[in-house]
Amino acid sequence: MNPLSLYEKLWQAHVVREEPDGTALIYIDRHLVHEVTSPQAFEGLRMAGRALWRRDSILATADHNTPTTDQKVIADPVSRLQVSTLDQNCRDYHITEFPMGDHRQGIVHVIGPEQGATLPGMTVVCGDSHTSTHGAFAALAMGIGTSEVEHVLATQTLLARKSKTMQVQVEGSLPRGVTAKDVALAIIGHIGTAGGTGHAIEFSGSAIRSLSMEGRMTLCNMAIEAGARAGMVAVDETTIAYLKGRPFAPGAAQWDAAVAYWRTLHSDEGARFDRVVTLDASRIEPLVTWGTSPEMVTTVGGRVPDPAAESDATRREGMERALRYMALQPGTAITDIAIDKVFIGSCTNSRIEDLRAAAAVVKGRKVAANVKLALVVPGSGLVKSAAEAEGLDRIFIEAGFEWRNPGCSMCLGMNDDRLSPGERCASTSNRNFEGRQGAGSRTHLVSPQMAAAAAVSGHFADVRSFLN
Amino acid sequence: MKAFTTLDGLVVPIDRSNVDTDAIIPKQFLKSIRRTGFGPNLFDAWRYLDEGQPEQDNSKRPLNPDFVLNQPRYRGAQVLLARENFGCGSSREHAPWALDDYGIRALVAPSFADIFYNNCFKNGVLPIVLPADVVDGLFRDVAASPGYRLRIDLAAQTVITPSGASHGFSVDEFRKYCLLNGLDEIGLTLRHADEIRAYEARRAQREPWIFGGAA
Repeated sequence: MNPLSLYEKLWQAHVVREEPDGTALIYIDRHLVHEVTSPQAFEGLRMAGRALWRRDSILATADHNTPTTDQKVIADPVSRLQVSTLDQNCRDYHITEFPMGDHRQGIVHVIGPEQGATLPGMTVVCGDSHTSTHGAFAALAMGIGTSEVEHVLATQTLLARKSKTMQVQVEGSLPRGVTAKDVALAIIGHIGTAGGTGHAIEFSGSAIRSLSMEGRMTLCNMAIEAGARAGMVAVDETTIAYLKGRPFAPGAAQWDAAVAYWRTLHSDEGARFDRVVTLDASRIEPLVTWGTSPEMVTTVGGRVPDPAAESDATRREGMERALRYMALQPGTAITDIAIDKVFIGSCTNSRIEDLRAAAAVVKGRKVAANVKLALVVPGSGLVKSAAEAEGLDRIFIEAGFEWRNPGCSMCLGMNDDRLSPGERCASTSNRNFEGRQGAGSRTHLVSPQMAAAAAVSGHFADVRSFLN
Repeated sequence: MKAFTTLDGLVVPIDRSNVDTDAIIPKQFLKSIRRTGFGPNLFDAWRYLDEGQPEQDNSKRPLNPDFVLNQPRYRGAQVLLARENFGCGSSREHAPWALDDYGIRALVAPSFADIFYNNCFKNGVLPIVLPADVVDGLFRDVAASPGYRLRIDLAAQTVITPSGASHGFSVDEFRKYCLLNGLDEIGLTLRHADEIRAYEARRAQREPWIFGGAA
C-alpha cells in the first residue's frame, strides 16, 4: 500500500466530494466559535434564512474582549455588544457556550483541548489563525475567515484544496532552559514567516515526541507564524493519556475503539513530503525576537543584527524599518535591552506547564523596579484554579506580578490590557507585529521562563543562569 | 458575493514585505459586529498620525502625508501592488472587508498568506500572484508614471500594463467560476446536502464519538 503522511490520512478521511480542479468539500468535525469573527457569520445565516447544520459540533466562548480584572461587566460598550451578541447567538441556536464568569471559560485554543473537544482524527476549525494549535492532537486544524465560519455553520463543510506537506524533524534532546516556544521560534527563524505558506507542517523527531501536550500545542500554535495554516503531531501515548477522562472525550464504552483508531494517526514509514527540514535540538538556545516579524529572532546571547550586512534590498529596508520601530541599535546585546512590561499568557503559552515554568524562575525573586507591570493571564478558568491549587498564584503575587482572569488579554489588546506607545514588552505571545499589543507597542517574543527571567532582571536575561 | 470580471484600475504600491492583517486593519476595529464601514480605517496606524478608535469621525483626524494612500496621485486606487507574504498573521476577514470598503478590487503580489488569500475570494476581491521580477518591474513603473493603471481580465487570466505587456496568472477553476459569476458558495454547497448527510452516516459508523456533545 502507498505510504501516507498524517496529513494525507486526515485529508482523505474528510473528503465529502471533489471538483475536477481539485477543490474539495471537506467535512468539519469540531467548530470553535468566539465573539470576534462570528457575529457577521450568524447574521449572514439569519439573512439567508438558513439553519445551523450540526449544533453539537460547536463549542463557543468569549475570549478576545474579556476583561482580566475582576470586572463583572465589560466597560467598553463596543466590546460589550460583541460579547453579548455571541451570548445571544448561542442562545438562539442552542449552542454550548462557556460565557464570561463560567469557570470553564478561557482562550478558545486552551479550552478546546482542555475539555477533550479536540480529538485525534478530527477536522477542527475556528475563525482564528491560531487554530493550528489543535494539530498537536493529530487533528487537521485550521484558522478560517468569517465567510467560512458561516459556510461551516450552514453546511458543516469547507471548500478547500489539498495542501503541500512539510515535515519538520527536530532530533535530539532540548537543553535545559529551552522550551517548545524556542523550538517554534527556531523553526520560524530558519524557514521564515512565509516558509510554510501553502503547506501543512508535521512536526516529528525525538525532541517533539518528548514534548508534553502543552509543548506540542505551543509548537503547532506557531505553525501559522511560519505561514502554515495547519501544524500537526502524530498520536502517541502522551496524546492518549492527556485525553482520558476529559468531558468531551469518548466515554468508557467507546474509548478502546477510539484509541485503536487514533493509534493509526501517524505518517507511514516511507511517506513522502514536499519538503523536509531538520533541526538539531541540542543546538537550540533560548531565543528573543528583536524585530516586527517572528522571523526576526536571535539567541539570548546574541546581538541586534546590522541591516548593512543584508544584501537583499527589500529585506534590508524591512530590517531598518523594524529597528526604527523597535528603537534598537544594531550590535546591541540582547541582554542589554531593558523592558517596561511583561506578559505571560496567550493561546501560545498560558497553560499550566507554562505557568509552572515561569513560577520556577520567579520563586523567591522580585519583579525589577523598572518593570511597570508584569501580568500573568492564565489561559482558562480551569488553568487558573489548577495553578492556584499548586500555589503558583502566591509565587507570582509575592514577586510583584498581577494574577489575572483568563482571556487573550495583552496578546492583542482588544480588552484593556495594552502597552502604551513606545513601551517594550517581554511577551509569551505569538506576534511582534507593529501595534499588535497597542499602538506604538514594542514586543519581544520569548518563552514563559525567559519572560520570567526578564521580569526579575528588568532586561532580557539568559534563563539558564537561573536554573539550578 | 460581488462578481469580478474585468477591471481597469489605478494602482497604489505598498512597498514592504510581510504586511500583516494587524497593519491592514488594527484590532480595535474588530469589535464591530458589521461587515461594512472598515474602509476609513484601512492601514489605520500608517495612514493617520493619531490612534484611531471605532465609531470615530475619521474625516477630522490628522493624516500621515508620507503614507501612499494619502498621496493625491493614488486617490481612487482599485489595484494594490504589494510584496511577499501580503496578509500574513490573523485570519480576520475584516482585512479584505476593509480593502473592499476602501475600493480595492484586486491585489498583485509575489505571494500572499494562505488565509488572507482565501478570504479575498469570498468577498469579490481578486488576489493575483505574479513572479517577483515582474512585480519588481511594476513597482518601478508605478513610481515612474503618475496615473499608472493595470487592466485585469479574470476570464483570460491576464494583467495588462499600459505599454501592452500581458502577464498571465493562475487561479483555481472553481474560484474563478464563483468569482466571475458572483456565486453564493453556501448555496452551491447545499446542493450537495445529500452527499454531506451520507458522509455523516458513514463517519458515525466508523467514529461514533465524533457526534454528540460532552459525555
